Amino acid sequence: MENRAIFSGRLLACLLVFPQLAISLIFFYWPAAQALWQSFLVQDAFGLSTEFVWFENYVTLLKTPEYYHAIGTTFFFSLLVVFFSLAIGLLLAVMANRNIAGVQIYRTFLIIPYAVAPAVASVLFIFMFQPGLGMIARALQRNGIDWNPVLNGNHAMILIVIVAVWNQISYNFLFFLAGLQSIPKSVIEAAAIDGARPARRFWTIVFPLLSPTTFFLIVVNITYAFFNTLGIIDTATEGGPNGSTSTLVYKVFLDGKAGSDLGGSAAQSVILMIIVIGLTAIQFRYVEKKVHY
Amino acid sequence: MALRRFGAAAAVAAMVGSGASPAWAVTEIQWWHAMTGPNNDVVVKLANDFNASQGDYKIVPTFKGSYADTLNAGIAAFRAGNAPGIMQVFEVGTATMMAAKGAIKPVSDLMKEQGEKFDPQSYLPAITGYYSTAKGEMLSFPFNSSSMVMWANLDALKKAGIDAPPKTWPEVFADAKKLHATSPTCGFSSSWVTWGFIEQFSAWHNIPIGTKANGLDGFDTVLEFNNPLETKLLENLVELQKDKSYDYSGRTNTGEGRFTSGECALYMTSSAFYPNVKANAKFNYTAVPMPYFPDAKDAPQNSIIGGASLWVMGGKSKEEYKGIAKFFTFLSDTDRQVYLHEVSGYLPITKAAYDKTKASGFYEKNPILEVPLKELTNKPPTDNSRGLRFGGMVQMRDVWSEEIEAALAGKKSAKEALDAAVSRGNQMLRQFERTATK
Repeated sequence: MENRAIFSGRLLACLLVFPQLAISLIFFYWPAAQALWQSFLVQDAFGLSTEFVWFENYVTLLKTPEYYHAIGTTFFFSLLVVFFSLAIGLLLAVMANRNIAGVQIYRTFLIIPYAVAPAVASVLFIFMFQPGLGMIARALQRNGIDWNPVLNGNHAMILIVIVAVWNQISYNFLFFLAGLQSIPKSVIEAAAIDGARPARRFWTIVFPLLSPTTFFLIVVNITYAFFNTLGIIDTATEGGPNGSTSTLVYKVFLDGKAGSDLGGSAAQSVILMIIVIGLTAIQFRYVEKKVHY
Repeated sequence: MALRRFGAAAAVAAMVGSGASPAWAVTEIQWWHAMTGPNNDVVVKLANDFNASQGDYKIVPTFKGSYADTLNAGIAAFRAGNAPGIMQVFEVGTATMMAAKGAIKPVSDLMKEQGEKFDPQSYLPAITGYYSTAKGEMLSFPFNSSSMVMWANLDALKKAGIDAPPKTWPEVFADAKKLHATSPTCGFSSSWVTWGFIEQFSAWHNIPIGTKANGLDGFDTVLEFNNPLETKLLENLVELQKDKSYDYSGRTNTGEGRFTSGECALYMTSSAFYPNVKANAKFNYTAVPMPYFPDAKDAPQNSIIGGASLWVMGGKSKEEYKGIAKFFTFLSDTDRQVYLHEVSGYLPITKAAYDKTKASGFYEKNPILEVPLKELTNKPPTDNSRGLRFGGMVQMRDVWSEEIEAALAGKKSAKEALDAAVSRGNQMLRQFERTATK
């Protein structure tokens, strides 16, 4: 109630909130509404003939076995990407948080990969992993591993997970490092005096105190794995072989772009939106309870 | 001072706005294309030459990315009400374009309306057939065309004890096995998997991919390529894939480097691969016609083209159409076609240009460039070999590729994969038919 005394009247409050509201409306709600509307239509590529079909696009979609396959692929892929990018990011942050010579240089170098665009990262990795041409691919083949992401779905999945993780590690590293530095030294020193070894200190003190950062990063990384990996998949595998790297967002892109099926593509993006909203809600409802701020 | 600077800027803006060219009534025609590298230079040169040849029209070429990107850019521009005058669309986008009746202007109508000299008979039917209606009216103007050939590394073949490149599929399979001894990672491979193994294969063996002359006679076409011959091909490839006598190289042409690097000695891909091979192959090479099954009744029939054509968009001004018609006449000129053919490796589109190149003795020095032409003109095209027109073909190729990949990876039998490719493709055709006929 005290706030009222500071901002007299609603007008000023509305005025101050307006820019943010306008941005949300124009860039978030309007396109989302457009997608929702488009998902009820069957239309040709040029928009010359339009038919309103209610939920037909959704029904068709839910009857396609490939769609369920894509849902499974997306969750599997996201799980791998989130786990490895967080784990490696945390490991590197813990290492770089020590007092060693040239620590600033290490930190800077660890952040650089984040500046590489996903599609470019993909191309770099293709150079290394292309069977017959890439260095790593040839090394694998020389050691008797039949590396073939063009035909082997598991290999293709490994490839895009590596690229996606590599691209995201820096981001996680940066936040974990900041989180680690905000943990009071006195707590850790007290534990050390009590005789706790480094591993125990990490799991009982550092890790719980990092939980706000970890929670934030989980949310961000899931969104990253769900949406921002589109460029990686498109350049590295194009969803193949045999749909084994075709995630939900890649299918939205492919059906809308290559298939010119805007209605079906819009229906998919609406479902995707619902999945992500649901996931985020669950995280805030249940996981956040375990977070110590 | 500030005011003076503003004045100068305004004057410049006014000049730019009115067109920088000194001629006042110049009509600008936007040409969106997808050509990269040396072929981009060819596009720019064509536009410059045309612009220099007359003063009334100015062709402005703009690179719009890959074929699919260019098509999407054109579709988006049309929806926003500012489509280009000319748009380069790859062959598999033909059905999408022709179904959009109000969005395009058929080339034959355009030439008639503008009174340009235009004889459909002077073009090579194997090329224009792909872009014409069932009645033979040309819808779009063929620009860059190629066909599929088999590239052979003669040194590697000799090393494996093979005297000459294979002519038939059984020979290919046998040679691939022999090559396996000397090159264990790849004997034979291919690019553009559906173009080669389904589209070209069906035309070359005179068997249908779908009913209604592969869709040329109507959008109510139904796919039917899950036939015994196609199954036989795929079964053999699946068998060879097991020990990499045949090794899959992906859906598009990203694997072509495996031929020029010497890894794969036999490689099926586009004839437009020629400049690349010439520049990068450090061994004796040649290109031969696609293999066929000798027990198939009509094989070899004739091959079909790949590549792209120029579509004229609808709703443009009379002056723009006049300019576009003149530009197409300019492109059809025999000497210009001969030049384009010899410099880019793409095929000439007129009979006169083909004859003239032949008479000049060019093919004696460059026999490889005549291989695709001989394939295309091997026999007069039939309903199975004139071309194909399936709606949603861009994505359909992905679907077919997925199923072929499933078979090659051993997840499905060849027959199961082809059945699935046909039924998934038919679903897409029905969806397309629904939006196209209204």
